[in-house]
This record gives sequence, structure tokens and C-alpha cells, in this order.
Amino acid sequence: MSGFFKSSIGRKVAMALSAFFLMFFLIIHLAVNITSLFSVELFNQLSHFMGTNPLIQLALQPVLIFGVVFHFVMGFVLEIKNKNARQISYAKNNGAANSTWISRNMIYSGLVILAFLVLHFIDFWFPEMKVKYIEGDMTGMIAGTQEFRYFDELQHKFLEPWRVGAYVLAFVFLALHLLHGFTSAFQSMGSTAGRKKALQTFGKIYAYAIPLGFIIIAVWHHFNHL
Amino acid sequence: MNLTLKIWRQKDSNTKGQMVDYKVNDISEHMSFLEMMDVLNEQLVNSGEEPVAFDHDCREGICGMCSLYINGEAHGPDRAITTCQLHMRMFKDGDTITIEPWRAKAFPVIKDLVVDRTAFERIQQAGGYISVNTSGNTQDANAIPISKHAADEAMDAAACIGCGACVATCKNSSAMLFVGAKVSQYALLPQGQIEAADRVRNMVEQMDAEGFGNCTNTGACEVECPKGISLDTIARMNRELMKANLK
Repeated sequence: MSGFFKSSIGRKVAMALSAFFLMFFLIIHLAVNITSLFSVELFNQLSHFMGTNPLIQLALQPVLIFGVVFHFVMGFVLEIKNKNARQISYAKNNGAANSTWISRNMIYSGLVILAFLVLHFIDFWFPEMKVKYIEGDMTGMIAGTQEFRYFDELQHKFLEPWRVGAYVLAFVFLALHLLHGFTSAFQSMGSTAGRKKALQTFGKIYAYAIPLGFIIIAVWHHFNHL
Repeated sequence: MNLTLKIWRQKDSNTKGQMVDYKVNDISEHMSFLEMMDVLNEQLVNSGEEPVAFDHDCREGICGMCSLYINGEAHGPDRAITTCQLHMRMFKDGDTITIEPWRAKAFPVIKDLVVDRTAFERIQQAGGYISVNTSGNTQDANAIPISKHAADEAMDAAACIGCGACVATCKNSSAMLFVGAKVSQYALLPQGQIEAADRVRNMVEQMDAEGFGNCTNTGACEVECPKGISLDTIARMNRELMKANLK
């Protein structure tokens, strides 16, 4: 089986498996974050649960990080291999005649998402790791109070317009990435379901709805804090 | 019509090539693209120049020999045809037409517009066959029941003529549509089942060894394929390989 994952098709399958996992994670992430629009208490409780539950923190979080890193690294490895497969470019190439811009430029939408993840980790994940695992504060409370810090931190981050703009831009590219990636993952797994109208429609809804949800959250907190 | 042609000229596989401009006049819209190339070559021969080398054989869209990348598309701007079936009525008087060879590391240029596609032959030899005793007691193929649906799908896959347009048009120079078609035509039929696991493993291994790129499901190959081979054949090949590795 290890030989399988060394083959070109095995790598496609591995990319698709990590993509399915990340697409499932996006649903969970959005489901938690969207509660911040209507219930501070629920958002805080969910954030605290996700941030302190041992199963999530010690088992699922490492799997998620591995999934993210793997998807990016394998994406770059395959891109380099694919570039090497054509050493002289065409003088004239009409790619738009037979495929979508999105499908031909997954590496660029992926790079924007990678740049966003660096910002996102600096904004939320690294400070969270510092508080919990370096300073040892697992209470989730604002120092000296009995109030959860999660909602306050979220609103504080979206005070600055440039950050909201950066997040919105990244989510637009996430939508582009998902528009091709969703159905492409099915094809790589050997399923023709991604070519059927029903799944293509569902894929489009997913590709628009998930990034739009995150955009609404960022914009909402920016304007509701002013 | 009068046309300007920008054509890739390359003396041999060891020499660097370049685009060269030519003019051809009084081209009839009823001519095929290759007939227009014949006119150019006659013109070049008459003026003492080396004619442009390009692959062609049946000129009926069957053999898969013709292989030109015309104005940025494999087999030119029309759909479901080979270059030999492309007619000059697809172009206008005064047009500039760019003509290049298939571009892929696995398809090195031999001369001008002729590329070496023996990588496809080696992939076929790795598993694109069934082992049948032909010593006089061959079973009648019609004695084996096959559903109409499977027979139709197998026939559709077998329509691949191995021209290489899929590789040429793919941004990754992937050969997966070709290999998917060859794997599918056997995987769908009872005669192909005995060697199914070895076939897909060996053909994919050979495809990777030849230096083709990886499919990213853009679907460009399916659009440009002169025989309309479906992307479903790639999905089937992926399933077949997974199945073979789970055995």
C-alpha cells in the first residue's frame, strides 16, 4: 500500500483525502464562529470546549495541523513535478478554451490561503497556545475577572479595517479554491459523483456558503464594535 | 485567403528550435489544415528550403498520427476532430496561425512539429492487452454475456486513438486520459478481469516512469480529445488502482 501513495494516482488520492478532512473542518469552524453573531455566551462556551477538551486538543488538533501541512506540501510537490513535465512552454496557449481559470490556478489560490493562514495563526492560534501551554492558564477567563476572553479577543481582532480586508480577500480565494477543489476531490477518489449535477450544485453552494459565512463574521464584528 | 503562419522549426532533437514566420496565399476554405501545410511545403521545396516536418497518415481522423497545437489548442479551434479533419473555413483571410508541436517532456521533439510518442507504446506494452490463447481453439467472444451498457462504455473508451492531445493540452502534461481510456476498455469487459490488477499497476507505474505530469482535474483533456474520451475513465482508473492495491 505504501507503493500506492508513491504513485501519481496515490498522491492524488492523498490530496483528496486531506481535502475532505479540511472541508469537514471548515464546517465545524464556521458552525462555532457563527454563534458569535447571536450569542456571546454560546460562542464563549463552545470556544472554551474546543480549546480545552483533551480529545480535540491532543488528538484532533495535531491531525488537523498535519492535514493542513500535508495538503500544502503535497500541493507544492505536485506543482513542481507538473511544471517539470513540460520544459518548453507553448508560444501560444489558449487555456480558457477548454478549462476554467480556477482549475488551472489552484496553486495561486492555495498560496493566498497559505498566506492567510500565517496571519490567522499569528492572530489567534499562537496567542492561544502561549496562554494555555506556556503560561499554563487553561481557565479561558480575562485576567482578574470571571468572564470568558474568547468573544472579546475575536471582536478586538476585527477592529482594524486592513485585517478585515485581508480576511475577506482570503475567503474570496478560498471560495475559488473550493469551487474546483470540492468536485475535483471526488474525481481523484475515483468517484464520478463530482460530475453529476446534484453534487456539482452542492459543491457550488458549499464553496460560496462557507467563505461567505466567514466574511459575514469578520465584517459583522468590525461594524458592531465601532 | 492569405495567411501568416508562425511555425516551430527544429532541425533535430539535439538542436534548439524557434518560431519562424511564413506567408501562404490563395488558400481555399475547403482545404484541410494539412492540405494547407502541403501547399506551404510545396512552396518551401520550390524555393529550395527545407519543408516543415509534421506527422500524418490516414487523414481521416482514425490513425492518431497528426498532432499539431494550433493557435493554443490541440488539433486547433474545432471540437471532436483531429488536425487532419480541421478545415481552413475555421480561419479568416489575414489570420496569423501559430503552429507548435505537442509540448511535454515525455514527448520530445524529433524534428519541427514531429514528436516522439513511443512513451504511449511503452505504457500499452506494460499492460494494455489481454492474454488469449490463439492456437486455433479461441472462444467466440460473443459467447460471453456482456451488458449493453458495459459494452458501450468499453467501446467509448476504446475509441482513443492515442494521438496525445490530452497530454498536449493538459497544463501538467498528464497522460491520465489516455491511460484511463486504455485501462477502462479492459476493466469494463469480462475478458479484462483476470489481469486487471496487474494491468493498472503496471500501466500507471510506466506512465509515472515516462515523466508525465499529474492530473489536476481541469477537464481540458476531455474537451480537446478528438474522440470525446470521458474524464470518467480517469476516475475508473483511480478506482481500479485503489482496488488493485487493496488486494
